[in-house]
Amino acid sequence: MNMRTGPALLIKTVCAYLLLCTTALAQTHEFMLDNGLKLLVKEDHRAPVVVSQVWYKVGASYEVAGQTGISHALEHMMFKGTEKYGAGEFSRIISANGGNENAFTGSDFTAYFQTLEKTRLPISFEMESDRMRNLSLPAEEFAKEIEVVMEERRLRTEDNPQSFVYESMMATAFQTSPYRQPIIGWMEDLEQMSVAQLAKWYERYYAPNNAVVVVVGDVDAKEVHKLAKKHFGPLASDEIEPQRTLTEVAQNGKKRIVVKRPAELPYLLMAYKTPSLKSAIDNPDIPDWEPYALEVLAGIMDGGMSARLETGLVRGSELASAISLNYRFTSRLDTVLTIGSVPANDVTVEELEQAIREQVQKIKTETVSQSELERVKAQVIADDVYQRDSIFYQGMAIGIFESIGLSWKLVADYVPAIKQITAEQVMAVANQYLVDDGLTVAVLDPQPIDPSAALSKTPGGPADDIH
Amino acid sequence: MIYIKRILFCVLLLFPATLLANPEIQHWITEKGARIYLVETHELPMVDIELVFAAGSSRDGNQPGLALMTNGLLSEGAAGKTVDEISRGFEDLGAEFGNSAGKDTAALSLRSLVEESLLTPALNNLALVLSKPDFPAQAFERERARALVSIRQKQQSPGSLAGDAFNKAIYGDHPYAQPEEGTEASLLAMQLTDLKNFYREYYVTKNLTVAIVGDLDRKQAEHLVDKLLAGLPPGRRAPPLPEVKPLAGDKLIRIAHPSQQTHLLIGQPGIRRTDPDLFPLYVGNHILGGGGLVSRLFEEIREKRGLSYSSYSYFMPMQQRGPFIAGLQTRAEQAMEARDIVFKEIKHFVKEGPTEEELKATKQNLTGGFPLRVDSNSDILGYLALIGFYELPLDYLDTYNQKVEQVTATQIREAFARRLQPENMVTIMVGPETNLADGGDSK
Repeated sequence: MNMRTGPALLIKTVCAYLLLCTTALAQTHEFMLDNGLKLLVKEDHRAPVVVSQVWYKVGASYEVAGQTGISHALEHMMFKGTEKYGAGEFSRIISANGGNENAFTGSDFTAYFQTLEKTRLPISFEMESDRMRNLSLPAEEFAKEIEVVMEERRLRTEDNPQSFVYESMMATAFQTSPYRQPIIGWMEDLEQMSVAQLAKWYERYYAPNNAVVVVVGDVDAKEVHKLAKKHFGPLASDEIEPQRTLTEVAQNGKKRIVVKRPAELPYLLMAYKTPSLKSAIDNPDIPDWEPYALEVLAGIMDGGMSARLETGLVRGSELASAISLNYRFTSRLDTVLTIGSVPANDVTVEELEQAIREQVQKIKTETVSQSELERVKAQVIADDVYQRDSIFYQGMAIGIFESIGLSWKLVADYVPAIKQITAEQVMAVANQYLVDDGLTVAVLDPQPIDPSAALSKTPGGPADDIH
Repeated sequence: MIYIKRILFCVLLLFPATLLANPEIQHWITEKGARIYLVETHELPMVDIELVFAAGSSRDGNQPGLALMTNGLLSEGAAGKTVDEISRGFEDLGAEFGNSAGKDTAALSLRSLVEESLLTPALNNLALVLSKPDFPAQAFERERARALVSIRQKQQSPGSLAGDAFNKAIYGDHPYAQPEEGTEASLLAMQLTDLKNFYREYYVTKNLTVAIVGDLDRKQAEHLVDKLLAGLPPGRRAPPLPEVKPLAGDKLIRIAHPSQQTHLLIGQPGIRRTDPDLFPLYVGNHILGGGGLVSRLFEEIREKRGLSYSSYSYFMPMQQRGPFIAGLQTRAEQAMEARDIVFKEIKHFVKEGPTEEELKATKQNLTGGFPLRVDSNSDILGYLALIGFYELPLDYLDTYNQKVEQVTATQIREAFARRLQPENMVTIMVGPETNLADGGDSK
């Protein structure tokens, strides 16, 4: 290595430096309206722009069997008008004001956003507050939009073999947790969805006391508060029916599935059950540091070109052509850590799985090196600065934490908490969670891409294709 | 996992980002001929650097994949350091190294904190990658094998198959026709010496544009550039690319694939980055199919009929004529219907142009949204690389709104009539054979 200072010293340099610049850091201001709407404003005066995000505490993990995909379908319908602003008018007005807008649905939240030149924030508040309570949900618009959603499902899942495996894997790994349900919904549920169901869903979850409004940009927090009171303040709050508990039953042994789809390449996807930050905090038996240790573990395994999966399997043994590890730290419920990989040419998925298991075994039995630990921490510290280059991302971090039921203040605890993680703690979570009894392995068994044999129209769900 | 409702398509590529009021661009040329573009932003203690060479796949000659492979190998070993050492040399510092190659350009990038004890070693490491690559044989074999796997992966993606077929059809024997990743045959025939020769020819300072955005002043940036480029020879600028020939007639290419959807692409060679029609075409396309959630194609295909999740059109101006593409994906049974609508809309727009009302709303969107285009370091970096590589005027961002405002409906109509020939467009359809049988060749 061509460095004059060792890694241990480097990390200190980074920390000291960051400490200096935190004084210049934007502050987040929290306000609560009388109707229960929470407003979080982060001033960032770098550019004359503002992002406004409305987060609702509802998503695919709130859904029940038979109505999967309803949160996402409703999100689409939120662009189809209110009495005041007709179908598509929201988008036309934002567009004519130079804005970018969109929306997204996750397992644990549904969010709507606009990015605008800073003086145009009132336009966003005016229309977002309107569609929070006054959505029209016209049946004829729904009839077309549900077709769009089905096209979206075909595009993302049906015609993408690796996505299809992911969906099948989640439905297998989770037996009772709602995380077994795809965000976009099963095709059969989409086919039978009605606008009446959407109306109920909207009434149940779209209310000021189930929403968090996040504003980041070149604004004055007090002025934004005034503006929010004007637009969102008059909305009536509502009783939000609490969701029943959603505990995943204990897994009693490894699960394994094979998914056959027309494809060129095999694919291996392994998922280990883990807690998330939120589920660890909720569970008195799980120490709060564990999710942070899993984050560090994820960094050591897959945090760049110098991480273990890359150096050991893509390079090194050259058994993987591509590999990635993903830990869902910000899930609302117990979650999974996944490792997905495409084998190198002439390598079987069995060989690949064996090699991945050896990497897992290694991190369970050998203490990670100090230099690996320091590298992950240096990356986390630097990322914390890089992420401030985007006001959108800053709003996103606050919004995700708030919508899964954690305080936005925990966002700022991330770096200090990661810095405290030790090599022993990484080994401890590896031994606690990377175990066979909590493992699901899904393998894509590629079927010939035979153009003359088009697929049957709609698979009725993963069961048809799992053997 | 998050689902974004609407796709903000490649229209964004046409005009990447901006900054505060307007970023002040500093520009100089080094003694060895490298063109440097700097924007100082002092709010965050970080810097982004992008080195852009005219070394994209359009320079592959008869060896498709050569530019991408050469670019990828740079960080696989340099000045005797192993790839592991090089990777740690960035990542131990929290620095992010990136490399990429497209049709016109190949690039290396670095994002780092500006603290000297972090930035200096990261730059030293980058300088080695840039000027002392070893091209280790073992790494070449591995990366070739991986490239062969990703080529196979394209076979299971109807979108990728459509894209490759489209380029081949509209560009014929022009270098833009070839896939950046190369082909199985070209990769198998490739030798390590080919990479070394390509590197020697194109990774030279006269063929280089450097974009820098971040917490540095001019003096620091000059020092940084001098150190970074010290080991590179001046060489020579890459010669101009051949011109793209216009299409002689329409063509429908159908590729059978066992997907549920048919992927549809319609288009032709579009314009060069320096084309005088650029602004009328950009503003006009925003109305036709580029306005994200508000455009004619989005309205007709998705909002009115629910035919597709995404529906768009864009010009991608390049060194030579980059593509004009309109596209969507829809359930196979209704692919022909969707194709007819897209054609109808393109023809209608080329003939009639936009309404005054549409033009007004679009101008409001583009000019009112200008601050959003330059509101981050990474946005500005994109613009700097664009301005630098294509040698656009330094006041490009300052005059952007004015140029948009000046566009008239007549100019748009005339520019579209000059640049687009719907009767000569290529149509690519990738999907199940069932819908192809009854489709016919009619438009």
